[in-house]
Amino acid sequence: MQIAHDPTISSYYVTEELYRELVENFTNWQREELAIAAAEERDRFRLLIEREARLLDELRFDEWLAMYAPECIYWVPGTPAGGDPRREIAILFDDRRRMEDRIYRLRTGYAWSQAPKSRTVRMISNVEVFAAKDSAARMARSNFLISEFRVDGTRFLSGWCGHRFVQRADRWVIQVRQVNLIDCDRNLRNPSIII
Amino acid sequence: MLEKLRVPRLGGADLYDWDELVQEDRVHRLIYTDPAIFSLEMTNIFGAVWVYLGHESQIPANNDYITVRLGLRPLILLRDSQGKIRALFNRCTHRGTTLCRKDRGSARIFTCPYHGWSYLNTGKLRAVPWPDGYACDFNDPKYNVAQVARVDSYRGFIFATLNPDAPSLLDYLGAITKPIDEWLDRQPKGQIRVCEANRLKYKGNWKLAYDNSGDGYHVVFSHRSLLEMENRQADVANKGMSYYKNSPDTAPMYIAYMGNGHHFKDKRPNIQKRAGGLWAVEGPAPGSEHYAEALRRRLGSQAEEILDLASSEPVNINVFPNFSLLGNHIQVFEPISVDETDVTWYGTAVVDEDGALRGAVDEINALRMRTQEQFPNFGEVDDLANFEEIQRGLACQEDEWIYMHRGLGIPGRVKTDANGIITAPATDEVFMREYIKEWKRLMKATPKLVVQREP
Repeated sequence: MQIAHDPTISSYYVTEELYRELVENFTNWQREELAIAAAEERDRFRLLIEREARLLDELRFDEWLAMYAPECIYWVPGTPAGGDPRREIAILFDDRRRMEDRIYRLRTGYAWSQAPKSRTVRMISNVEVFAAKDSAARMARSNFLISEFRVDGTRFLSGWCGHRFVQRADRWVIQVRQVNLIDCDRNLRNPSIII
Repeated sequence: MLEKLRVPRLGGADLYDWDELVQEDRVHRLIYTDPAIFSLEMTNIFGAVWVYLGHESQIPANNDYITVRLGLRPLILLRDSQGKIRALFNRCTHRGTTLCRKDRGSARIFTCPYHGWSYLNTGKLRAVPWPDGYACDFNDPKYNVAQVARVDSYRGFIFATLNPDAPSLLDYLGAITKPIDEWLDRQPKGQIRVCEANRLKYKGNWKLAYDNSGDGYHVVFSHRSLLEMENRQADVANKGMSYYKNSPDTAPMYIAYMGNGHHFKDKRPNIQKRAGGLWAVEGPAPGSEHYAEALRRRLGSQAEEILDLASSEPVNINVFPNFSLLGNHIQVFEPISVDETDVTWYGTAVVDEDGALRGAVDEINALRMRTQEQFPNFGEVDDLANFEEIQRGLACQEDEWIYMHRGLGIPGRVKTDANGIITAPATDEVFMREYIKEWKRLMKATPKLVVQREP
């Protein structure tokens, strides 16, 4: 796919069409008839999701970013049903550039909310893989539990992730990741790690 | 009918020597750490002055409600079946159970889940199960739900107070209405719609957030990572709050203390006064280039002032004790305990009923959602970490004082105009000294708080 603008320095792909497609697609994909039963295929995506969790636990952000398509979305809704990010603010809705901003900030040494840094371990389970309705993409649903230790104790963040994987050349990359915290519509203390 | 709350408690005047705790240049650590002071604040501050509860766009239709808090009191803020805005105590008169457990909804009747007492949304008792088991007269108003007697709105912002002796809301807001008006009037017809929130929490006293709300001194230090981040690709490092760098006190921005604990930091004079001037310094956001270029192609130079609506308005309008307008957010501080506070940044969207934005309202809102997510994600989290570290530092019992004397005693630095509005350079702590004087006055008082019930 030809990219007209470098998404690391400008944002041309976050458009009405992208939002509309996301909102429609992310509300209606966990359907039994789209579920993929083949163990090998399910395993492929489970391994990718586990690798992502490990890279984030180890703060290997460059390798984490490399798991994503150049034009990608990292989205943490602030409402349990996901909401419409065109009409409401989310906890975060990052494009490629803002994902890189996020990492850049954490690396400045002046991000006090992460000084000292949190230590995390992530558990991933209940991975299910679905075919996308209208494309060769694959949708994966997984549950997560993040144990986060910082300064004065350990807390837990939990929820489920929706990953949309697309094939680029010979590999599957993440195009969209939607992180649904079970307490997304409650006040959160220091949500400064990459969730 | 009004009735006096008969809660036995220590009067403010008896608890401490407040003049010792709050001095001209410093305050005692206890005002942030003492549970007894916190408890008194829940009546003398969060009962006795006008406290922000919510925005009318959150309850647009009759019978709509949201659940909120007034200090620690759970409330149902609603529009009753006749359209009147009320703030009911979320508490069954029978056994004290909360009546409503949802964040929002629409209801004509609230039925207690515990024993089935039901109430109209006016607060009036509707029915109790098996009334023949009672000898009393349920028409007695004392069985109707308690509610806040004084609920009033200023241009859509709903405030309430339990204090019958408080001034009117308009008098309480006083001079701060001017910046509020200006903040609203940059949108078409002065309208906004609340659209979800960035909801944060910190382990620290609520006043740490209010101390910070007008603080121009912390910006380049507490927000250094944000300033570096948002300028990392800029040719000229002028994005966001870059005007704080170098010499903020000689920049045209200023802090103003406006009475009754309210203050206003006006950073607008730092921005070029032209259509598009604000958009020019907005940091990068998802969709920035796409939307800006699409609007410019379609609307030419008229796109610029529309893009300014997606940009963060450079003001901090702080209404004591719990309400701020910052950028495009409505920020609300809600105390939970002496060392825990919710800080909720409600997003706002533009409403365009008359087409003043030439069909661009959906696009500008899509962009405005993304610009609003920036500061809570990359700025506020660092402030909150610093507030938590203040609270930890204040555990040092023998080191008693906290200073707020920046600017104090420098001739000519602080100016008071004919209306009593005090202005000073942007990094000055005069707003802290002034609001905490008002806090002290309120803490010394013995307000007579009342609730109302339908007759």
